[in-house]
Amino acid sequence: MRLCKRPLRIWGGLAVVAAVFLIAGPRLLGAAPSDKNADAAPGRQLARSAVTAPGARWTTSDHSKYEALQKDFAKPEEVTAACLSCHQMAGDQIQHTIHWTWICPDCGDGKSMGKYGKTINNFCIAVPSNEPRCTSCHIGYGWKDKKFDFADKNRIDCLVCHDTTHTYQKFPTKAGYPVTEPTLFPEDGKTYLPPDYKKITAKVGRPDRLNCGACHFYGGGGDGVKHGDLDSSMGMPKKSLDVHMDAEGLNFSCQRCHTTKDHQIAGRLYTSPAAPERISLTEADLASKIACESCHGQKPHKNDAKANDHVDKVACQSCHIPEFARVLPTKMTWDWSTAGQMNAEGKPFKKEGPYGKPVYDSKKGDFTWEKNVEPVYYWFNGAMSNMLVTDKVDPTKIVSVNHPAGSPSDGKSRIMPFKRHTGKQPFDPVNATFVIPHLFGPKDSDAYWASFDWKRAVASGMKYVDLPFSGDVGFVETEYFFPITHMVAPKERVVACGECHNAEGRLKGLPGVYVPGRDVHAGVTMVGWGAVAAAVLAVVAHGVGRMVSSSRRKGQ
Amino acid sequence: MSAQGNGKFYLYTRYERFWHWLQAALIIALAATGFEVHGSFTLLGYKRAVTVHSALGITWLVAFAFFVFWVATTGEWKQYVPTTRKMFEVMRYYGYGIFQGQPHPCPKTPDAKHNPLQRLTYLALAAALLPFMMLTGLLYWLYNDWAALGLGGLSLSAVAVAHLLGAFAILAFLVVHVYMTTTGHTPLAHVKAMCTGWEDAEDGKPEDWEKRTA
Repeated sequence: MRLCKRPLRIWGGLAVVAAVFLIAGPRLLGAAPSDKNADAAPGRQLARSAVTAPGARWTTSDHSKYEALQKDFAKPEEVTAACLSCHQMAGDQIQHTIHWTWICPDCGDGKSMGKYGKTINNFCIAVPSNEPRCTSCHIGYGWKDKKFDFADKNRIDCLVCHDTTHTYQKFPTKAGYPVTEPTLFPEDGKTYLPPDYKKITAKVGRPDRLNCGACHFYGGGGDGVKHGDLDSSMGMPKKSLDVHMDAEGLNFSCQRCHTTKDHQIAGRLYTSPAAPERISLTEADLASKIACESCHGQKPHKNDAKANDHVDKVACQSCHIPEFARVLPTKMTWDWSTAGQMNAEGKPFKKEGPYGKPVYDSKKGDFTWEKNVEPVYYWFNGAMSNMLVTDKVDPTKIVSVNHPAGSPSDGKSRIMPFKRHTGKQPFDPVNATFVIPHLFGPKDSDAYWASFDWKRAVASGMKYVDLPFSGDVGFVETEYFFPITHMVAPKERVVACGECHNAEGRLKGLPGVYVPGRDVHAGVTMVGWGAVAAAVLAVVAHGVGRMVSSSRRKGQ
Repeated sequence: MSAQGNGKFYLYTRYERFWHWLQAALIIALAATGFEVHGSFTLLGYKRAVTVHSALGITWLVAFAFFVFWVATTGEWKQYVPTTRKMFEVMRYYGYGIFQGQPHPCPKTPDAKHNPLQRLTYLALAAALLPFMMLTGLLYWLYNDWAALGLGGLSLSAVAVAHLLGAFAILAFLVVHVYMTTTGHTPLAHVKAMCTGWEDAEDGKPEDWEKRTA
């Protein structure tokens, strides 16, 4: 055989190949030399020095020395009065925040959107008629019904946000008040202690993750119930849980991104995006909301041009938060329709399931909990669309109580991860509207958790908000979405390309974009392989024919 | 189609052979990584398949420029000028004569490398299908710059499906092409020639019109 007998001649050829690779290679395969400076991206540098530079967090006052605080406070309102005696503008500022009103001032008619408007969810559904329980997470004291005086500045709870000792606690059912003597809350088995106001006021300061987390980790009445990317594991997270809030690393506070001005904390999500524009800090260092791009820029990946090519369509979170609820479980389903069962003694009961979490509660129905949950993905322009309690409900479908807003073609939306919480909740089948049930109330009241009677509970709740109710209660399947934006994982744990570029992958069913590897043009592919198969068959037949005829000729 | 005759002759120049095998390797590697990106199988992993496919594609584009230069400057392009003369004879040969042990109607010489069927096939390949793959591939690769290049109206789905159709066409060609190499006087004779450059001489001579004129 003389196959390829002149290897030396190949070298000339190889030199050409090498030259070609030298020209085309670097851009494609690896880092261009100039990328070395990418780590010095100014936005990122600024952000880093703001939290790590010596003296980056400092103050000019020692609250233990203020005269106004040198007394034995009997009531928390007295603490507030003392705070406001120096911080004269704080009360007015607070009263203009959604944290105080629970109404989104810039949404729609300025009355309907918000926890205390007409929006609902598929957890405990709505606040009105259930205030004393829900408002344990209000930054105020005594919001026990709709007669609450929002103008009374002394009712502002300064401490729940500004207590740095983390000993201050509001009791779960006292309309935002802490206790005056040690009190057991049977639901969580915890004893709540009266705050030591002197000690706490001596050390007030800027809120940290635990202050915000006191409410935001426990939304829905328990640890990790609602968000999925916010639970008590985010108080002092490891780097593996969140690279930015890593307690032993960058240790970002919430306000690092949720920029705060005049007590207005950026980040609320109703009808308008929390961050209207994703701009770099180097363009506007007083941007109203810090987004990923504010520090990382528009080309965040140093050595991966293809990854940078995705940023126009894919939100950073989609790849960098591979799963949520990575340490503690989060509630994924809630079926109210099974509530009301009693045990053998005719008493309400709870059943514990995996993760030590309840899977049944006579007061609330069936739940499921999950850990390490893969998000669902939607086009998202930064806003959510919410149904109101008065909106028409079609019980033949799963009703989206809220839904990510955006579309693939508006030029602003990107693919974003979400937690999808599904459930069954009461509705009015005659009027075809949602309902607000009166859940929390004293014994012998109409409240569902006292009477276990849906008709009484809903009638009472709807009367409280002055909305029509037919008297019939049905249950409708619903879904509720939370954007997933916390729990940013280290880059080694990023979602691999093939998890979306795959017909059965994470983006299955997402419309409006051609995803290579997912959208395989099944018909074209079939015709293509058919043509290749036909070619193979033809040459095999031809070859066999040649062999047969050749051996026949030899035989002659 | 016997091996007698006047020994061997030099048919494929060094660059030509190098180009042939480089292109073969590139096409096979591009097909393997390309069909992985398409989702047909998993070999390198999606990310690496994309990286390698892009790198090979750009390499091929640059290497193809050398081929165009070579074809143009050596006058070899004349071997690709299509003709219908003897087309019927060639088709008859592959459809019938080859089973009867008849000689090929178009003996190869350095001046007349390609029979009419080859001329047409290789012209279609080199002037249409391969440039089409390079163009659609380059567009696909430049997807993020379409708006800047004034190509905002293009549809990624359309470009992808065009590129995919081309890939199947090349694959089908490859199957037939590899098979045709076995139709020499021994099954490996043509492959050997493409490695060494030396083809075994066949009976007969091409007619004058078949020869490339320098």
